[in-house]
Amino acid sequence: MSMLSVENLNVWFGRGHDRVNAVQGASFAVDKGESFGLVGESGSGKSTILKAITGLAPTWDGKITVDGQELTQGRVKSFYKTVQMVFQDPYASLHPRHSVDGVLGETLHLHGFRDIDARVVKLLDDVGLGQKFRFRYPHQLSGGQRQRVAIARALAAEPRILLLDEPTSALDVSVQAEILNLLTDLRAEHGLTYVMVSHDLAVVGHMCGRLAVMKDSRIVEVMDVDSLRARRAEHPYSQELLRNSVGA
Amino acid sequence: MSDQTLRQWLLSDTPTSRRHARMAAFYKGWLSFRGNSMAMVGLGILVLLGLVALFAPLLAPYSPFDQDLANRLKPLGTEGHILGTDSLGRDTLSRLIYGSRITLYIVALVALIAPIAGLLIGTIAGYVGGWTDAVLMRITDIFLAFPRLVLALAFVAALGAGIENAVLAISLTAWPPYARIARAETLTIRSSDFISAIKLQGAGPLRIITKHIWPLCISSLIVRVTLDMAGIILAAAGLGFLGLGAQPPSPEWGAMISEGRRFILDHWWVATMPGLAIFTVSLAFNLLGDGLRDVLDPKDSGQ
Repeated sequence: MSMLSVENLNVWFGRGHDRVNAVQGASFAVDKGESFGLVGESGSGKSTILKAITGLAPTWDGKITVDGQELTQGRVKSFYKTVQMVFQDPYASLHPRHSVDGVLGETLHLHGFRDIDARVVKLLDDVGLGQKFRFRYPHQLSGGQRQRVAIARALAAEPRILLLDEPTSALDVSVQAEILNLLTDLRAEHGLTYVMVSHDLAVVGHMCGRLAVMKDSRIVEVMDVDSLRARRAEHPYSQELLRNSVGA
Repeated sequence: MSDQTLRQWLLSDTPTSRRHARMAAFYKGWLSFRGNSMAMVGLGILVLLGLVALFAPLLAPYSPFDQDLANRLKPLGTEGHILGTDSLGRDTLSRLIYGSRITLYIVALVALIAPIAGLLIGTIAGYVGGWTDAVLMRITDIFLAFPRLVLALAFVAALGAGIENAVLAISLTAWPPYARIARAETLTIRSSDFISAIKLQGAGPLRIITKHIWPLCISSLIVRVTLDMAGIILAAAGLGFLGLGAQPPSPEWGAMISEGRRFILDHWWVATMPGLAIFTVSLAFNLLGDGLRDVLDPKDSGQ
């Protein structure tokens, strides 16, 4: 039984002559507890798939099923207790006027938790930030610390699926490894299901069990990481990606 | 708790409670504001204005309405009338002191009505978009297209003359620029990741507008309000000049200028003294606005 499945998903922006088809006929399924990667160059539509799942891109058709329930166009509140997302740029995803405590406290309040103080403390511990960061503002934090806050916010609802939109691409290389290890630990600890978007094959190879390769708004190939490591890609574009990443 | 430890407590890097954090942020804001000497000058002038308005009956040497035609148009430094007298022999200093009450009243009313109305309309139009945006912004355009004083005149004519109605009329003509600013800011904010992030927590439009968009619009609005204050005082004076604002013998500063206008060549001080008062208060508002913007924007402060 898959936790998240996407069948024949189309996402578009604009209408008439301005219509841009960002995703066409995408299909994949992610099992419970699995970590699934979406790989492709920028503009290939991988982030748009995440936006369609979360409801941030409202114009889509096809079939999206989360934990056995098919999604309609709108999103109900309980959906956000199952699915959460970590954004690419931690400098843009935190409100500049809200302290860490404010961000986490408001999120917990919105999800109807009552023991907010205790939960804020626990969330900060979970993502490896000490209590001294609790009342800081985003401009007082480094990029890696901000991304930890963003991860804590996504975990606040106790979701079962975490969508990761290039969570490390805006960070320094040394900090990238820390965040990736944190995400690996959290997945094991909370039994999370990941869908991770990246253009970095090394990151996906490290984090994911299976991956889909996207090109020009279509999924061209779904393979597992073992074939990635063995360089057994079938589609010519995947082979090219592999060659480029080895060369780099 | 001794002074030193209170200061340390307030400047602590690791606040222990929400209240502590808020007070520490407030204290740090005050420290950075205090470091801005020009803003402190502005604040000082405005505090002085407030005190003068509060204690006007104690400070003023004469009643602002007592006429003394034998002593009319006395120059500066006349005995008993440091700032001279006007065309009816009234003491200019006393009139300026009582006029500070009217100035504060105008400033407070306009600062309450216009920016709040503009903020509401602008953020709703910017966030909701579509038809709501089109309708609200076309209404704003209509208000903007009218010459400000003419529109205020129409309102005052409809509502009746008097300083309250003049202020109301000015507010009604002053909100469109605020709505424009707020809408422009909202448009840049609403597509940012932190708004998407709070949407993913299930927040509704009301919460997003009031708790996430307003805090980012307010600092530019405050700066704009303080910069507009001079114009607002002058617009009130203009209405008074046309007989639709403050009514004689009310010692409103703008009305005093227009009274003194008739004698400006031979008795320049009659119009100059209230003019200097308006200038000082406007300057104080501008200085304060600049300082406030620095404090209100945590990106620039608190590092």
